[in-house]
Amino acid sequence: MIRFEHVFKRYPERGEALGDISFEMNPGEMVFLTGHSGAGKSTLLRLIGLLERPSRGQVMVNGRNLATLPRRQIPFHRRQVGMIFQDHRLLPDRSVFENVALPLVVMGLGHKEIGRRVRAALDQVGLLRRERATPVALSGGEQQRVGIARAVVARPPVLLADEPTGNLDPDLSREIFVLFERFHYVGVTLLIATHDLNLVESMRHRTITLDEGRLVNDTGDW
Amino acid sequence: MAKKRTVRSHNPSLLDLPGIWFGHHLQSVIATLGRLMDTPLPTGMTVAVIAISLALPASLFVITENLRTMAGGWDQTAAISLFLKLDTGDRDAKTVATRLQSWPEIAKVHLITRDQALAEFRALGGFEEALEQLKSNPLPVVLAIYPNAFNSTPERLERLQARLLKQPESDFARMDTLWLKRFQAILDLVQSAVMLLGGLLGLGVLLIVGNTIRLEILNRRIEIEIMELVGATHAFIRRPFLYTGAWYGLLGGITAWLLVSIAVLLLQQPVSRLATLYRSEFDLQGLGLGATGVILGGSILLGLIGSWIAVNRHLEGAEPG
Repeated sequence: MIRFEHVFKRYPERGEALGDISFEMNPGEMVFLTGHSGAGKSTLLRLIGLLERPSRGQVMVNGRNLATLPRRQIPFHRRQVGMIFQDHRLLPDRSVFENVALPLVVMGLGHKEIGRRVRAALDQVGLLRRERATPVALSGGEQQRVGIARAVVARPPVLLADEPTGNLDPDLSREIFVLFERFHYVGVTLLIATHDLNLVESMRHRTITLDEGRLVNDTGDW
Repeated sequence: MAKKRTVRSHNPSLLDLPGIWFGHHLQSVIATLGRLMDTPLPTGMTVAVIAISLALPASLFVITENLRTMAGGWDQTAAISLFLKLDTGDRDAKTVATRLQSWPEIAKVHLITRDQALAEFRALGGFEEALEQLKSNPLPVVLAIYPNAFNSTPERLERLQARLLKQPESDFARMDTLWLKRFQAILDLVQSAVMLLGGLLGLGVLLIVGNTIRLEILNRRIEIEIMELVGATHAFIRRPFLYTGAWYGLLGGITAWLLVSIAVLLLQQPVSRLATLYRSEFDLQGLGLGATGVILGGSILLGLIGSWIAVNRHLEGAEPG
Protein backbone atom coordinates (compact mmCIF):
# COMPACT_ATOMS: atom_id res chain seq x y z
CA MET A 1 0.00 0.00 0.00
CA ILE A 2 2.84 2.33 0.91
CA ARG A 3 6.38 1.73 -0.30
CA PHE A 4 9.49 3.85 0.24
CA GLU A 5 12.53 3.15 -1.94
CA HIS A 6 15.78 4.81 -0.86
CA VAL A 7 14.06 8.04 -0.02
CA PHE A 8 16.11 11.11 0.93
CA LYS A 9 14.79 14.47 1.97
CA ARG A 10 17.11 17.40 2.30
CA TYR A 11 16.12 20.93 3.28
CA PRO A 12 18.35 23.77 2.20
CA GLU A 13 18.22 25.35 5.65
CA ARG A 14 18.15 22.26 7.94
CA GLY A 15 20.17 19.73 6.01
CA GLU A 16 19.17 16.10 5.72
CA ALA A 17 15.81 15.24 7.33
CA LEU A 18 15.52 11.72 5.94
CA GLY A 19 18.30 9.49 4.62
CA ASP A 20 17.89 6.31 2.61
CA ILE A 21 14.49 5.23 3.95
CA SER A 22 13.09 2.00 2.52
CA PHE A 23 10.11 0.06 3.83
CA GLU A 24 6.80 -1.33 2.69
CA MET A 25 3.35 -1.44 4.27
CA ASN A 26 0.68 -3.93 3.23
CA PRO A 27 -2.94 -2.91 2.75
CA GLY A 28 -4.79 -2.82 6.05
CA GLU A 29 -1.62 -2.76 8.13
CA MET A 30 -1.40 -0.60 11.26
CA VAL A 31 2.10 0.72 11.85
CA PHE A 32 3.58 3.00 14.52
CA LEU A 33 6.33 5.39 13.58
CA THR A 34 8.45 6.33 16.58
CA GLY A 35 11.55 8.32 17.31
CA HIS A 36 12.65 11.51 19.05
CA SER A 37 11.40 14.89 18.06
CA GLY A 38 13.15 15.89 14.86
CA ALA A 39 13.88 12.29 13.88
CA GLY A 40 11.98 12.83 10.64
CA LYS A 41 8.58 11.31 11.48
CA SER A 42 6.59 14.31 10.30
CA THR A 43 8.66 14.65 7.16
CA LEU A 44 8.00 11.01 6.31
CA LEU A 45 4.26 11.49 6.70
CA ARG A 46 4.34 14.71 4.69
CA LEU A 47 5.94 12.83 1.80
CA ILE A 48 3.08 10.31 1.77
CA GLY A 49 0.46 13.08 1.75
CA LEU A 50 2.41 14.87 -0.96
CA LEU A 51 2.75 17.96 1.18
CA GLU A 52 6.36 17.66 0.14
CA ARG A 53 8.35 15.79 -2.46
CA PRO A 54 11.48 13.71 -1.72
CA SER A 55 14.88 14.99 -2.81
CA ARG A 56 15.76 11.51 -4.03
CA GLY A 57 14.12 8.07 -4.12
CA GLN A 58 10.57 7.02 -4.75
CA VAL A 59 7.38 6.91 -2.71
CA MET A 60 4.57 4.65 -3.92
CA VAL A 61 1.08 4.90 -2.47
CA ASN A 62 -1.73 2.60 -3.55
CA GLY A 63 0.24 1.58 -6.63
CA ARG A 64 0.91 5.14 -7.69
CA ASN A 65 4.39 6.58 -7.96
CA LEU A 66 4.11 10.00 -6.36
CA ALA A 67 7.20 11.27 -8.19
CA THR A 68 5.44 11.01 -11.53
CA LEU A 69 2.07 12.22 -10.28
CA PRO A 70 1.16 15.39 -12.20
CA ARG A 71 0.47 18.49 -10.18
CA ARG A 72 -3.24 18.58 -10.95
CA GLN A 73 -3.60 15.04 -9.61
CA ILE A 74 -2.31 16.00 -6.15
CA PRO A 75 -5.78 16.88 -4.74
CA PHE A 76 -7.15 13.54 -5.88
CA HIS A 77 -4.23 11.76 -4.24
CA ARG A 78 -4.90 13.61 -0.98
CA ARG A 79 -8.49 12.42 -1.03
CA GLN A 80 -7.06 8.89 -0.78
CA VAL A 81 -5.02 9.81 2.29
CA GLY A 82 -6.69 11.02 5.46
CA MET A 83 -4.39 13.14 7.62
CA ILE A 84 -4.58 13.81 11.36
CA PHE A 85 -2.39 16.40 13.07
CA GLN A 86 -1.33 17.08 16.62
CA ASP A 87 -2.81 20.58 16.42
CA HIS A 88 -6.00 19.23 14.78
CA ARG A 89 -5.98 21.89 12.02
CA LEU A 90 -9.65 22.69 12.49
CA LEU A 91 -11.33 25.87 11.27
CA PRO A 92 -12.21 27.76 14.46
CA ASP A 93 -15.02 29.79 12.91
CA ARG A 94 -16.88 26.77 11.54
CA SER A 95 -19.04 24.28 13.38
CA VAL A 96 -17.96 20.71 14.04
CA PHE A 97 -20.29 19.60 11.27
CA GLU A 98 -18.79 22.01 8.73
CA ASN A 99 -15.26 21.03 9.67
CA VAL A 100 -15.94 17.35 9.20
CA ALA A 101 -17.88 18.01 5.98
CA LEU A 102 -14.97 19.85 4.32
CA PRO A 103 -13.44 16.85 2.46
CA LEU A 104 -16.88 15.98 1.09
CA VAL A 105 -17.62 19.58 0.11
CA VAL A 106 -14.41 19.81 -1.90
CA MET A 107 -15.33 16.53 -3.59
CA GLY A 108 -18.54 18.18 -4.75
CA LEU A 109 -21.02 15.88 -3.03
CA GLY A 110 -24.65 16.85 -2.61
CA HIS A 111 -26.17 18.13 0.63
CA LYS A 112 -28.00 15.00 1.67
CA GLU A 113 -25.04 12.75 1.04
CA ILE A 114 -22.76 15.08 3.03
CA GLY A 115 -25.17 15.16 5.97
CA ARG A 116 -25.42 11.38 6.07
CA ARG A 117 -21.69 10.74 5.85
CA VAL A 118 -20.71 13.48 8.32
CA ARG A 119 -23.13 12.11 10.92
CA ALA A 120 -21.82 8.60 10.35
CA ALA A 121 -18.25 9.82 10.93
CA LEU A 122 -19.22 11.84 14.01
CA ASP A 123 -21.05 8.81 15.33
CA GLN A 124 -17.87 6.72 14.95
CA VAL A 125 -15.87 9.15 17.08
CA GLY A 126 -18.74 9.64 19.55
CA LEU A 127 -19.42 13.30 18.84
CA LEU A 128 -22.78 13.07 17.12
CA ARG A 129 -24.35 15.41 19.65
CA ARG A 130 -21.74 18.13 19.28
CA GLU A 131 -22.15 18.77 15.55
CA ARG A 132 -23.27 22.37 16.06
CA ALA A 133 -20.54 23.33 18.49
CA THR A 134 -17.48 25.27 17.34
CA PRO A 135 -14.10 23.61 17.93
CA VAL A 136 -13.17 26.17 20.61
CA ALA A 137 -16.05 24.94 22.77
CA LEU A 138 -14.62 21.41 22.76
CA SER A 139 -11.96 19.79 24.93
CA GLY A 140 -8.60 18.79 23.44
CA GLY A 141 -9.63 15.16 23.13
CA GLU A 142 -12.90 16.09 21.47
CA GLN A 143 -11.12 18.40 19.05
CA GLN A 144 -8.79 15.57 18.08
CA ARG A 145 -11.77 13.32 17.50
CA VAL A 146 -13.26 15.95 15.21
CA GLY A 147 -9.95 15.90 13.32
CA ILE A 148 -10.18 12.12 13.07
CA ALA A 149 -13.78 12.28 11.87
CA ARG A 150 -12.70 14.72 9.16
CA ALA A 151 -9.86 12.40 8.12
CA VAL A 152 -12.11 9.35 7.78
CA VAL A 153 -15.32 10.94 6.48
CA ALA A 154 -14.37 10.42 2.84
CA ARG A 155 -13.34 6.80 3.64
CA PRO A 156 -9.76 7.03 2.41
CA PRO A 157 -7.87 3.72 2.25
CA VAL A 158 -4.86 5.30 4.00
CA LEU A 159 -4.87 7.20 7.29
CA LEU A 160 -1.84 9.14 8.56
CA ALA A 161 -1.62 10.57 12.06
CA ASP A 162 1.15 12.90 13.23
CA GLU A 163 1.43 12.83 17.05
CA PRO A 164 -2.35 12.58 17.43
CA THR A 165 -2.12 12.29 21.21
CA GLY A 166 0.68 14.77 21.75
CA ASN A 167 -1.42 17.04 23.92
CA LEU A 168 -3.65 14.47 25.58
CA ASP A 169 -3.50 12.71 28.92
CA PRO A 170 -2.93 8.91 28.94
CA ASP A 171 -6.59 7.91 29.24
CA LEU A 172 -7.67 10.10 26.33
CA SER A 173 -4.66 8.92 24.35
CA ARG A 174 -5.66 5.33 24.81
CA GLU A 175 -9.20 6.15 23.68
CA ILE A 176 -7.85 7.67 20.47
CA PHE A 177 -5.63 4.67 19.81
CA VAL A 178 -8.51 2.28 20.36
CA LEU A 179 -10.41 4.31 17.78
CA PHE A 180 -7.55 3.84 15.33
CA GLU A 181 -7.59 0.13 15.95
CA ARG A 182 -11.24 0.06 14.96
CA PHE A 183 -10.36 1.58 11.58
CA HIS A 184 -7.59 -0.98 11.32
CA TYR A 185 -10.11 -3.78 11.77
CA VAL A 186 -12.20 -2.53 8.87
CA GLY A 187 -9.22 -2.58 6.53
CA VAL A 188 -7.81 0.95 6.65
CA THR A 189 -4.04 1.22 6.31
CA LEU A 190 -2.75 3.33 9.23
CA LEU A 191 0.60 4.96 9.85
CA ILE A 192 0.76 6.71 13.22
CA ALA A 193 3.72 8.83 14.28
CA THR A 194 4.02 9.02 18.06
CA HIS A 195 6.57 9.10 20.84
CA ASP A 196 4.18 7.61 23.37
CA LEU A 197 6.23 4.44 23.75
CA ASN A 198 4.15 2.97 26.59
CA LEU A 199 1.06 2.99 24.43
CA VAL A 200 2.92 1.67 21.41
CA GLU A 201 4.25 -1.27 23.37
CA SER A 202 0.89 -2.11 24.87
CA MET A 203 -0.84 -2.12 21.48
CA ARG A 204 1.40 -4.69 19.76
CA HIS A 205 1.57 -3.46 16.21
CA ARG A 206 4.46 -3.23 13.79
CA THR A 207 6.71 -0.33 14.80
CA ILE A 208 9.22 1.55 12.70
CA THR A 209 11.77 3.68 14.52
CA LEU A 210 13.61 6.64 13.07
CA ASP A 211 16.71 8.29 14.46
CA GLU A 212 18.16 11.43 12.91
CA GLY A 213 16.48 10.69 9.62
CA ARG A 214 17.57 7.04 9.42
CA LEU A 215 15.39 3.97 9.76
CA VAL A 216 17.04 2.23 12.75
CA ASN A 217 14.48 -0.41 13.67
CA ASP A 218 11.52 -2.19 12.10
CA THR A 219 9.83 -4.78 14.27
CA GLY A 220 8.02 -6.30 11.31
CA ASP A 221 4.63 -7.91 11.70
CA TRP A 222 3.47 -8.93 15.12
CA MET B 1 -32.58 -1.19 2.99
CA ALA B 2 -30.44 1.49 4.52
CA LYS B 3 -27.39 -0.15 3.03
CA LYS B 4 -28.91 -0.21 -0.41
CA ARG B 5 -29.60 3.51 -0.26
CA THR B 6 -26.06 4.30 0.79
CA VAL B 7 -24.54 2.33 -2.07
CA ARG B 8 -26.68 4.09 -4.62
CA SER B 9 -26.04 7.58 -3.31
CA HIS B 10 -22.28 7.07 -3.07
CA ASN B 11 -22.12 7.33 -6.81
CA PRO B 12 -24.29 10.26 -7.81
CA SER B 13 -25.52 9.52 -11.31
CA LEU B 14 -24.03 11.52 -14.14
CA LEU B 15 -27.41 13.10 -14.68
CA ASP B 16 -27.29 14.66 -11.22
CA LEU B 17 -23.80 16.12 -11.66
CA PRO B 18 -24.71 19.24 -13.70
CA GLY B 19 -27.34 20.08 -11.10
CA ILE B 20 -24.87 19.64 -8.25
CA TRP B 21 -22.22 21.63 -10.13
CA PHE B 22 -24.67 24.44 -10.85
CA GLY B 23 -25.88 24.36 -7.25
CA HIS B 24 -22.33 24.76 -5.94
CA HIS B 25 -21.67 27.70 -8.21
CA LEU B 26 -24.93 29.41 -7.34
CA GLN B 27 -24.18 28.89 -3.66
CA SER B 28 -20.71 30.35 -4.17
CA VAL B 29 -22.11 33.37 -6.03
CA ILE B 30 -24.52 34.13 -3.20
CA ALA B 31 -22.07 33.30 -0.41
CA THR B 32 -19.37 35.60 -1.79
CA LEU B 33 -21.83 38.48 -2.09
CA GLY B 34 -22.95 37.77 1.48
CA ARG B 35 -19.35 37.91 2.69
CA LEU B 36 -18.85 41.28 0.99
CA MET B 37 -22.03 42.61 2.56
CA ASP B 38 -20.87 41.44 5.99
CA THR B 39 -18.12 44.07 5.85
CA PRO B 40 -19.89 47.02 4.21
CA LEU B 41 -17.27 49.67 4.95
CA PRO B 42 -14.16 48.05 3.44
CA THR B 43 -16.26 46.68 0.58
CA GLY B 44 -17.77 50.10 -0.05
CA MET B 45 -14.35 51.73 -0.08
CA THR B 46 -12.93 49.27 -2.58
CA VAL B 47 -16.04 49.59 -4.74
CA ALA B 48 -15.78 53.40 -4.60
CA VAL B 49 -12.15 53.37 -5.74
CA ILE B 50 -13.04 51.07 -8.63
CA ALA B 51 -16.07 53.20 -9.49
CA ILE B 52 -14.06 56.43 -9.62
CA SER B 53 -11.38 54.79 -11.75
CA LEU B 54 -14.06 53.68 -14.20
CA ALA B 55 -16.20 56.83 -14.03
CA LEU B 56 -13.34 59.11 -15.05
CA PRO B 57 -12.72 57.66 -18.52
CA ALA B 58 -16.45 56.94 -18.93
CA SER B 59 -17.41 60.59 -18.35
CA LEU B 60 -14.66 61.81 -20.68
CA PHE B 61 -16.05 59.40 -23.24
CA VAL B 62 -19.53 60.86 -22.76
CA ILE B 63 -18.16 64.38 -23.25
CA THR B 64 -16.31 63.53 -26.48
CA GLU B 65 -19.26 61.57 -27.81
CA ASN B 66 -21.55 64.54 -27.23
CA LEU B 67 -19.11 66.91 -28.89
CA ARG B 68 -19.00 64.54 -31.83
CA THR B 69 -22.80 64.49 -32.08
CA MET B 70 -22.84 68.25 -31.90
CA ALA B 71 -20.19 68.55 -34.63
CA GLY B 72 -22.08 65.97 -36.67
CA GLY B 73 -25.12 68.27 -36.64
CA TRP B 74 -23.03 71.05 -38.16
CA ASP B 75 -21.84 68.74 -40.86
CA GLN B 76 -25.09 69.44 -42.69
CA THR B 77 -23.85 72.90 -43.59
CA ALA B 78 -22.07 73.42 -46.90
CA ALA B 79 -18.32 72.96 -46.95
CA ILE B 80 -17.66 75.95 -49.19
CA SER B 81 -19.72 79.03 -49.91
CA LEU B 82 -18.82 80.39 -53.32
CA PHE B 83 -19.78 84.04 -53.74
CA LEU B 84 -20.19 84.99 -57.38
CA LYS B 85 -19.33 88.45 -58.73
CA LEU B 86 -22.08 90.99 -58.16
CA ASP B 87 -22.80 91.38 -61.84
CA THR B 88 -23.59 87.70 -62.26
CA GLY B 89 -27.30 87.30 -62.84
CA ASP B 90 -29.45 84.45 -61.62
CA ARG B 91 -29.51 82.82 -65.04
CA ASP B 92 -25.71 82.88 -65.39
CA ALA B 93 -25.44 81.59 -61.87
CA LYS B 94 -27.61 78.64 -62.80
CA THR B 95 -25.23 77.82 -65.66
CA VAL B 96 -22.28 77.98 -63.29
CA ALA B 97 -24.10 75.73 -60.84
CA THR B 98 -24.82 73.17 -63.55
CA ARG B 99 -21.19 73.24 -64.62
CA LEU B 100 -19.91 72.78 -61.10
CA GLN B 101 -22.39 70.01 -60.50
CA SER B 102 -20.61 67.96 -63.13
CA TRP B 103 -17.29 68.07 -61.24
CA PRO B 104 -16.48 64.66 -59.78
CA GLU B 105 -15.48 65.99 -56.36
CA ILE B 106 -18.76 67.86 -55.86
CA ALA B 107 -21.82 66.02 -54.62
CA LYS B 108 -24.31 68.84 -54.67
CA VAL B 109 -24.55 72.53 -55.51
CA HIS B 110 -27.22 74.62 -53.90
CA LEU B 111 -28.02 77.94 -55.53
CA ILE B 112 -29.05 80.87 -53.35
CA THR B 113 -30.31 83.69 -55.58
CA ARG B 114 -29.80 87.31 -54.65
CA ASP B 115 -33.47 87.69 -53.74
CA GLN B 116 -33.40 84.58 -51.56
CA ALA B 117 -30.31 85.88 -49.82
CA LEU B 118 -31.95 89.22 -49.19
CA ALA B 119 -35.06 87.58 -47.82
CA GLU B 120 -32.99 85.39 -45.51
CA PHE B 121 -31.03 88.38 -44.35
CA ARG B 122 -34.20 90.27 -43.61
CA ALA B 123 -35.58 87.37 -41.65
CA LEU B 124 -32.58 87.45 -39.31
CA GLY B 125 -33.91 90.73 -38.06
CA GLY B 126 -32.27 93.95 -37.02
CA PHE B 127 -31.10 94.76 -40.54
CA GLU B 128 -34.40 95.78 -42.01
CA GLU B 129 -33.87 99.51 -41.60
CA ALA B 130 -30.37 99.36 -42.98
CA LEU B 131 -31.60 97.41 -45.98
CA GLU B 132 -34.39 99.92 -46.61
CA GLN B 133 -31.75 102.60 -47.09
CA LEU B 134 -30.12 100.70 -49.93
CA LYS B 135 -31.40 101.22 -53.43
CA SER B 136 -30.24 97.91 -54.84
CA ASN B 137 -29.66 94.46 -53.41
CA PRO B 138 -26.06 94.41 -52.14
CA LEU B 139 -25.92 90.63 -51.83
CA PRO B 140 -24.29 88.43 -54.47
CA VAL B 141 -25.46 85.03 -55.67
CA VAL B 142 -24.06 82.33 -53.46
CA LEU B 143 -23.41 78.74 -54.46
CA ALA B 144 -23.32 76.37 -51.51
CA ILE B 145 -20.93 73.60 -52.45
CA TYR B 146 -21.26 70.14 -50.87
CA PRO B 147 -18.28 67.98 -51.77
CA ASN B 148 -18.56 64.20 -51.62
CA ALA B 149 -17.29 62.41 -48.54
CA PHE B 150 -13.96 61.50 -50.12
CA ASN B 151 -13.13 65.13 -50.80
CA SER B 152 -14.04 66.41 -47.35
CA THR B 153 -10.56 66.32 -45.85
CA PRO B 154 -9.01 69.72 -45.15
CA GLU B 155 -6.32 69.37 -47.87
CA ARG B 156 -8.76 68.34 -50.58
CA LEU B 157 -11.15 71.09 -49.58
CA GLU B 158 -8.38 73.61 -49.92
CA ARG B 159 -7.56 72.32 -53.41
CA LEU B 160 -11.25 72.51 -54.34
CA GLN B 161 -11.44 76.02 -53.01
CA ALA B 162 -8.49 77.08 -55.19
CA ARG B 163 -10.05 75.50 -58.22
CA LEU B 164 -13.40 77.21 -57.61
CA LEU B 165 -11.70 80.59 -57.32
CA LYS B 166 -10.23 80.16 -60.78
CA GLN B 167 -13.72 80.24 -62.28
CA PRO B 168 -14.27 83.59 -64.07
CA GLU B 169 -17.55 84.25 -62.22
CA SER B 170 -16.01 83.65 -58.79
CA ASP B 171 -15.47 86.51 -56.46
CA PHE B 172 -14.75 84.88 -53.13
CA ALA B 173 -14.88 81.35 -51.68
CA ARG B 174 -15.28 80.83 -47.98
CA MET B 175 -14.51 77.53 -46.34
CA ASP B 176 -17.26 77.02 -43.83
CA THR B 177 -16.34 73.65 -42.45
CA LEU B 178 -12.60 73.57 -42.41
CA TRP B 179 -12.49 74.41 -38.75
CA LEU B 180 -15.10 71.72 -38.21
CA LYS B 181 -12.88 69.13 -39.85
CA ARG B 182 -10.01 70.21 -37.68
CA PHE B 183 -12.23 70.09 -34.65
CA GLN B 184 -13.24 66.55 -35.52
CA ALA B 185 -9.61 65.56 -35.95
CA ILE B 186 -8.82 66.99 -32.51
CA LEU B 187 -11.83 65.15 -31.15
CA ASP B 188 -10.48 61.89 -32.60
CA LEU B 189 -7.18 62.56 -30.89
CA VAL B 190 -8.86 63.36 -27.58
CA GLN B 191 -10.95 60.22 -27.82
CA SER B 192 -7.83 58.12 -28.43
CA ALA B 193 -6.30 59.74 -25.36
CA VAL B 194 -9.45 58.91 -23.39
CA MET B 195 -9.19 55.28 -24.49
CA LEU B 196 -5.57 55.23 -23.42
CA LEU B 197 -6.48 56.74 -20.07
CA GLY B 198 -9.28 54.19 -19.79
CA GLY B 199 -6.76 51.42 -20.39
CA LEU B 200 -4.47 52.76 -17.67
CA LEU B 201 -7.28 53.16 -15.17
CA GLY B 202 -8.54 49.70 -16.13
CA LEU B 203 -5.11 48.39 -15.19
CA GLY B 204 -5.55 50.28 -11.94
CA VAL B 205 -8.84 48.48 -11.30
CA LEU B 206 -7.06 45.19 -11.98
CA LEU B 207 -4.45 46.04 -9.36
CA ILE B 208 -7.02 47.25 -6.83
CA VAL B 209 -9.03 44.04 -7.08
CA GLY B 210 -5.88 41.93 -7.18
CA ASN B 211 -4.54 43.55 -4.02
CA THR B 212 -7.87 43.34 -2.20
CA ILE B 213 -8.14 39.65 -3.04
CA ARG B 214 -4.52 39.13 -2.00
CA LEU B 215 -5.31 40.52 1.47
CA GLU B 216 -8.41 38.35 1.63
CA ILE B 217 -6.28 35.31 0.78
CA LEU B 218 -3.80 36.20 3.53
CA ASN B 219 -6.71 36.43 5.98
CA ARG B 220 -7.95 33.02 4.96
CA ARG B 221 -4.61 31.36 4.35
CA ILE B 222 -5.12 28.73 7.07
CA GLU B 223 -8.48 27.82 5.64
CA ILE B 224 -6.95 27.48 2.18
CA GLU B 225 -4.16 25.32 3.59
CA ILE B 226 -6.65 23.00 5.27
CA MET B 227 -8.75 22.80 2.12
CA GLU B 228 -5.64 21.76 0.21
CA LEU B 229 -4.91 19.12 2.86
CA VAL B 230 -8.30 17.50 2.40
CA GLY B 231 -7.93 17.42 -1.38
CA ALA B 232 -9.50 20.61 -2.70
CA THR B 233 -8.51 21.31 -6.30
CA HIS B 234 -7.12 24.69 -7.23
CA ALA B 235 -10.30 25.38 -9.17
CA PHE B 236 -12.35 24.81 -6.02
CA ILE B 237 -10.17 27.10 -3.91
CA ARG B 238 -10.09 29.72 -6.64
CA ARG B 239 -13.85 29.78 -7.17
CA PRO B 240 -15.01 31.97 -4.25
CA PHE B 241 -12.18 34.44 -4.84
CA LEU B 242 -13.04 34.73 -8.52
CA TYR B 243 -16.65 35.41 -7.66
CA THR B 244 -15.57 37.98 -5.08
CA GLY B 245 -13.45 39.70 -7.75
CA ALA B 246 -16.35 39.64 -10.20
CA TRP B 247 -18.64 41.13 -7.57
CA TYR B 248 -16.17 43.95 -6.87
CA GLY B 249 -16.01 44.62 -10.61
CA LEU B 250 -19.75 44.54 -11.10
CA LEU B 251 -20.51 46.72 -8.06
CA GLY B 252 -17.78 49.17 -9.13
CA GLY B 253 -19.14 49.21 -12.67
CA ILE B 254 -22.70 49.87 -11.54
CA THR B 255 -21.53 52.66 -9.22
CA ALA B 256 -19.48 54.22 -12.04
CA TRP B 257 -22.50 54.05 -14.33
CA LEU B 258 -24.63 55.76 -11.69
CA LEU B 259 -22.02 58.48 -11.14
CA VAL B 260 -21.84 59.28 -14.86
CA SER B 261 -25.60 59.11 -15.32
CA ILE B 262 -26.23 61.44 -12.40
CA ALA B 263 -23.66 63.90 -13.77
CA VAL B 264 -25.34 63.81 -17.19
CA LEU B 265 -28.73 64.37 -15.58
CA LEU B 266 -27.42 67.36 -13.63
CA LEU B 267 -25.84 68.91 -16.74
CA GLN B 268 -28.86 68.32 -19.00
CA GLN B 269 -30.63 71.58 -18.13
CA PRO B 270 -27.66 73.96 -18.35
CA VAL B 271 -26.60 72.43 -21.68
CA SER B 272 -30.08 72.77 -23.15
CA ARG B 273 -30.20 76.40 -22.02
CA LEU B 274 -26.82 77.05 -23.64
CA ALA B 275 -27.98 75.38 -26.86
CA THR B 276 -31.08 77.58 -26.94
CA LEU B 277 -28.87 80.65 -26.78
CA TYR B 278 -27.15 79.41 -29.92
CA ARG B 279 -30.51 78.87 -31.63
CA SER B 280 -30.07 75.12 -31.73
CA GLU B 281 -31.49 72.18 -29.94
CA PHE B 282 -29.16 69.84 -28.23
CA ASP B 283 -29.82 66.99 -25.82
CA LEU B 284 -26.95 65.76 -23.73
CA GLN B 285 -26.63 62.03 -24.34
CA GLY B 286 -25.74 59.73 -21.45
CA LEU B 287 -24.08 56.34 -21.65
CA GLY B 288 -25.80 54.30 -24.34
CA LEU B 289 -26.64 50.64 -24.14
CA GLY B 290 -23.37 49.70 -25.83
CA ALA B 291 -21.20 51.83 -23.54
CA THR B 292 -23.06 50.54 -20.48
CA GLY B 293 -22.41 46.98 -21.64
CA VAL B 294 -18.73 47.75 -22.12
CA ILE B 295 -18.43 49.31 -18.64
CA LEU B 296 -20.25 46.51 -16.81
CA GLY B 297 -18.73 43.68 -18.83
CA GLY B 298 -15.29 45.25 -18.68
CA SER B 299 -15.43 45.84 -14.93
CA ILE B 300 -16.50 42.24 -14.26
CA LEU B 301 -13.73 41.01 -16.51
CA LEU B 302 -11.14 43.22 -14.78
CA GLY B 303 -12.32 41.95 -11.38
CA LEU B 304 -12.05 38.35 -12.55
CA ILE B 305 -8.59 38.77 -14.03
CA GLY B 306 -7.32 40.66 -10.97
CA SER B 307 -8.47 37.98 -8.56
CA TRP B 308 -7.31 35.19 -10.88
CA ILE B 309 -3.78 36.58 -10.82
CA ALA B 310 -3.82 37.02 -7.04
CA VAL B 311 -5.11 33.50 -6.30
CA ASN B 312 -2.80 31.80 -8.76
CA ARG B 313 0.22 33.55 -7.35
CA HIS B 314 -0.71 32.28 -3.91
CA LEU B 315 -1.52 28.73 -5.01
CA GLU B 316 1.65 28.36 -7.01
CA GLY B 317 3.69 29.53 -4.03
CA ALA B 318 2.12 26.73 -1.95
CA GLU B 319 3.16 23.83 -4.16
CA PRO B 320 4.89 20.92 -2.38
CA GLY B 321 8.65 21.51 -2.48
